[in-house]
Amino acid sequence: MTNPITWLGAGTLNWLRSMGAATYFFVDLLKNSPAAVRRFMLVVAQIHAIGNLSLVIILASGVAVGFVLALQMYYALVTYGATESLGLIVNLALVRELGPVVTALLFAGRAGTSLTAEIGLMKAGEQLAAMEMMAIDPKSRVLAPRFLGGIVSMPILAILFSTVGILGAYVVAVLLIGVDEGNFWSIMQGRVDVWRDVGNGIVKSAVFGLICTFVALYQGYETEATPEGVAYATTRTVVISSLGVLGMDFILTALMFSTP
Amino acid sequence: MSKKGIETLVGAFVLLGILGLLFLALKAANLASFSSRDTYTLQARFDNIGGLKVRAPVRSAGVTVGRVSGISLDGKTYQGVVTMELEKGFQFPKDTSAKILTAGLLGDQYIGLEPGGDEKNLIAGDVIKQTQSAVVLENLIGQFLFNKAADAGSGEGGGKK
Repeated sequence: MTNPITWLGAGTLNWLRSMGAATYFFVDLLKNSPAAVRRFMLVVAQIHAIGNLSLVIILASGVAVGFVLALQMYYALVTYGATESLGLIVNLALVRELGPVVTALLFAGRAGTSLTAEIGLMKAGEQLAAMEMMAIDPKSRVLAPRFLGGIVSMPILAILFSTVGILGAYVVAVLLIGVDEGNFWSIMQGRVDVWRDVGNGIVKSAVFGLICTFVALYQGYETEATPEGVAYATTRTVVISSLGVLGMDFILTALMFSTP
Repeated sequence: MSKKGIETLVGAFVLLGILGLLFLALKAANLASFSSRDTYTLQARFDNIGGLKVRAPVRSAGVTVGRVSGISLDGKTYQGVVTMELEKGFQFPKDTSAKILTAGLLGDQYIGLEPGGDEKNLIAGDVIKQTQSAVVLENLIGQFLFNKAADAGSGEGGGKK
């Protein structure tokens, strides 16, 4: 049984140490990003792996969320005779919040885990060490292209999520329930601002993309080089990036949309 | 997969993203409706602006002709100064009056312009002189109760005489 004060001190120091390591890792990634931009094919390949291959689950979830939002909102709004505002509510909910956040959560599960597992296995198989032996910096050859690929893919996926969500809401509200089509679009157009709502949503999704990709790469890079270590790192990727996204979303929403 | 194949797929992915962005900006938001057209600025002073907000529509005969771009308080007269941007295509006479109205019972507030008969038109930077403030429900109820009480009071007084 150690002294509780010692225990507290050790815990704090450990936490600070891991924070410091993560910060160094982040700075290294940023430093190596220009090199990755010069070798653009590597980034393109990663956009394919991270973005294109996540497309199906993002689109399917987007449509489903749009359907359900429209249905539920209809039941609430029909009481007040305000069903025309359905499009507006669905649009704002998707563009401001659900688009970036749900996409980021799915992104952490679909792309983040695969990044962690890939990097973790590369480390376990000592591929990263082998690269260093050949004087190739794995951070610029392996990690930075993935980092950029994630940051580029995430806003595109979030935009598509919101788009298919709104189209899904249109299908349910206008085609199935029979809300007036003109009002559905015009009330939406009257109240949704391109810069404030759509623009901020995209900024949000870029930040979430950065968080998810960074956490995934860091967990993969720092993993213990064993099967259990990789499994543990993959789990942590999902947990940490999800919590990070949710926490960051609160901060960003407070900054962006606090004034009415 | 071949290099070309991946490039094509990524190109399609990015293109899809751009199309989605265009849809959000043009079909699902207000980029197409106002920001691109020429506007001019007018001001109006109200005793009470109620729940009017920046970006609320300015309508004439129910047609949206502009938007509220700024709201501030005049430190001397304690009136709310509303700045609005109107489309260049819509010109209004000098004696146009501005009202703060509510869309529906619980809807948003907007500014309604009622054109007068003056031959000269308002130009950029002009102040609309005739204004009617927002209806504040509390004042309305207060007035109603006050009138009721006054009626009841005079009725009893009449009975005793």
